[in-house]
Amino acid sequence: MTKVLIIAEHDGSALNPSTAKCVSCAAAIDGAEIDIAVLAADTTGIAAEAAELEAVSRVLTIERAENEKPITAKLAPQIAAIAGDYSHIMGPSTTFGKDLMPHVAALLGVNQVSDIMTVENSHTFKRPVYAGNAIVTVEAPAGSTVVATVRVASWQAANGGNSATIAPLDAAAELPMHTRYVSLESAASDRPDLQTAAKVVAGGRALGSEEQFGLIYQLADALGAGVGASRAAVDAGYCPNELQVGQTGKIIAPDLYIAIGISGAIQHVTGIKDAGTIVAINKDEEAPIFEVADIGMVGDLFQILPELIDAVN
Amino acid sequence: MDKIIVGLKRVVDYNVRVQVKSDGSGVETDGVKMSINPFDEIALEEALRIKESGAATEVVAVSIGTSESQQQLRTGLAMGADRAILVTVDGDIDPLSIARVFKALAEKESAGLVMLGKQAIDGDNSQVAQMLAALWGRPQATFASGVTIEGDSARVVREVDAGLETVEVDLPAVLSVDLRLNEPRYVKLPDIMKAKKKPLDEMPLADLGIEPGPVIKELQYAAPEGRQRGVTVDDVASLVAALKDKGLV
Ligand SMILES: Cc1cc2nc3c(=O)[nH]c(=O)nc-3n(C[C@H](O)[C@H](O)[C@H](O)COP(=O)(O)OP(=O)(O)OC[C@H]3O[C@@H](n4cnc5c(N)ncnc54)[C@H](O)[C@@H]3O)c2cc1C
Repeated sequence: MTKVLIIAEHDGSALNPSTAKCVSCAAAIDGAEIDIAVLAADTTGIAAEAAELEAVSRVLTIERAENEKPITAKLAPQIAAIAGDYSHIMGPSTTFGKDLMPHVAALLGVNQVSDIMTVENSHTFKRPVYAGNAIVTVEAPAGSTVVATVRVASWQAANGGNSATIAPLDAAAELPMHTRYVSLESAASDRPDLQTAAKVVAGGRALGSEEQFGLIYQLADALGAGVGASRAAVDAGYCPNELQVGQTGKIIAPDLYIAIGISGAIQHVTGIKDAGTIVAINKDEEAPIFEVADIGMVGDLFQILPELIDAVN
Repeated sequence: MDKIIVGLKRVVDYNVRVQVKSDGSGVETDGVKMSINPFDEIALEEALRIKESGAATEVVAVSIGTSESQQQLRTGLAMGADRAILVTVDGDIDPLSIARVFKALAEKESAGLVMLGKQAIDGDNSQVAQMLAALWGRPQATFASGVTIEGDSARVVREVDAGLETVEVDLPAVLSVDLRLNEPRYVKLPDIMKAKKKPLDEMPLADLGIEPGPVIKELQYAAPEGRQRGVTVDDVASLVAALKDKGLV
C-alpha cells in the first residue's frame, strides 16, 4: 500500500506554497494515502492550512521548542522516528527540502530521488539532470522507503477545501546541540514572491549597477510582478541572492517571464523552461535567450525600459 | 583543526552543451571536455584559504571514480592540496555509498572539516554532504557563501530561498559550498610541475569495506522538450500589444 508522508515547509507561522505542490505530486501516485507532518514550535496555524489541502488524510503535528527554526540536524531524527509506516517520504526541492531530505534518506539507509518532475508509477519518476539538458527516468528499489524531493515548478498547487484530521504526534528522538541557528537576513519586500509569482521581471549583468537595477523593480511594480535576476547580476551586487533564477538559484514557472539584459546561459534558462510566456529584451540579436523567447525585442534596455514602464502604467 | 577533506568530482565541463545518446543510455561523454565540478573547486579554494589562515594544517583532496579522475586530483594538487586519495570504482556509484566513503575517510583521517560542492552539475542531486552529516552524526551547513572558523566551531552563512541564513556548527562538520563563496585561484605552470611530486594514493572501494547497496536505477535518458523561438517585435507598442493579446497585461 502506498502511504506518503509529506514534510511541510513553513516560516514558523504560515505554510509555504511548496507543500501544496508536494501534495499534487504525491496524489499522482495511484491509490496514495497522504499525510502531512508539521514540525514547528507552534503548529496551530500551519496545520490548519495543511488540513485544507485536497487529498490529504491526516495532518500530524510535532510541536517542540527545538522545531522553531528549520535546522536539519534537529528535524531529521524526528522524521526518521515516524517514518516507519510510510512507503514514501517527500519534501519540496526548495533549499529547505534540499537540506533536509537527503539527511532523512541517509538516516533510513536509502538514496534519494531528487527533483521529481513526473510520476510514472509508485517507484518510477522523471527528473532533470545536467542543468535540465537531459531528463532521466529513474526507478527506486522496491521494498525500501522512497525518499524524494519534488521539483515544485513542475506541479500545480493542490486545491483547498478539505478538512483533514489534525493529530498531535510524539516523535521520540534525541536531538543534537551541535548546530545552532544564528540569524536570517532577508530583503523583505511587498512584491509577489519570486517562487509563486504569476509574473516575473528579471534583470542581468547589463543593468550595470544596483541603482539602475531599480528599473527592473519599476517595471515589476507596474506589472504587479515578482523580481528575479541572473547570477551575474547577483554576483555584481545589484540585488540580493534570493532573486537568482537558474540551476543554482530558483526554478520557477510563472505565466510571464521578462528577461532583460540576460544572455540566456543554459544555467539560467533551466530555471525558466516551464514559464508560460518568455519575453527577452537584449541588444544582441544573437543572444541565446532569444532561442527560448516567445517574444523577443532587440535593443538597448535603457531606452526600452522607461518607455515600457510608461506604456504599462 | 588538523585536516580538511575536500571532494573533487570529475564531471562534464559546464561549458559543454550536453547531448543525450541516441539509444537513451546516458549522455555523450566521448571526446567531451571533463573538469572538476565547479562547486568542488570552490570548496577546495576555501579549504586552502582556511589552511593559509593558519586554522588547518593539511588539505586532502578525495575523488571517487575511475582512474581518469586522477586528472582532476592532479589539478587539485596543483591548486594547493597537500595530497590526494582516489577511491576507485568501476562505473557509477550512488550518493549514499559516496557519503559512506567520505565518512570512512573522515574518521580515518580525523578530519575537522569535510568540504563538498552543494551539487555536482551532472546528476544535480545535491545529496552527499547531507547524507554524510547524517551517517557521521556531525553538523551540516549546506549552500555556504561565507565561512569563518572560530576555534572549535564555524560560523557559516547559507544561501537559502528566504535570503542569507547564519548558523554556527561545532567541528568536525560537513560543509557544502555555493558559488558566491569565493573565486578559485588559477593554477600556474610551476604548480603543475610541483603537483606531480605530491602523493596521490589509490585504493579500491572494497578496501574501505564498503559495498554499494540498492541504487536508484536510471532507466532511460531523453532530451528535454524544447521551447520554440517565437516572434520578434520592433517597438514597445508592439510588445505591449503582443502581451495584451495573451492577456498578460
Ligand atoms: C555551475 C554554474 C552554475 C550557474 N548557475 C546559474 C544560475 O543559477 N543562474 C544564472 O543566471 N546563472 C548561473 N550561472 C552563470 C551563467 O553561466 C552565466 O554566466 C550568467 O547567467 C550570465 O548572466 P547574465 O546573462 O546577466 O550576463 P551576461 O552573460 O554577461 O549577459 C549580459 C547580456 O546583456 C546584454 N546587454 C548588454 N548591454 C545591454 C543593453 N544596454 N541593453 C540590452 N541588453 C544588453 C548582452 O548582450 C548580454 O546578452 C552558473 C554558472 C555555473 C558555472
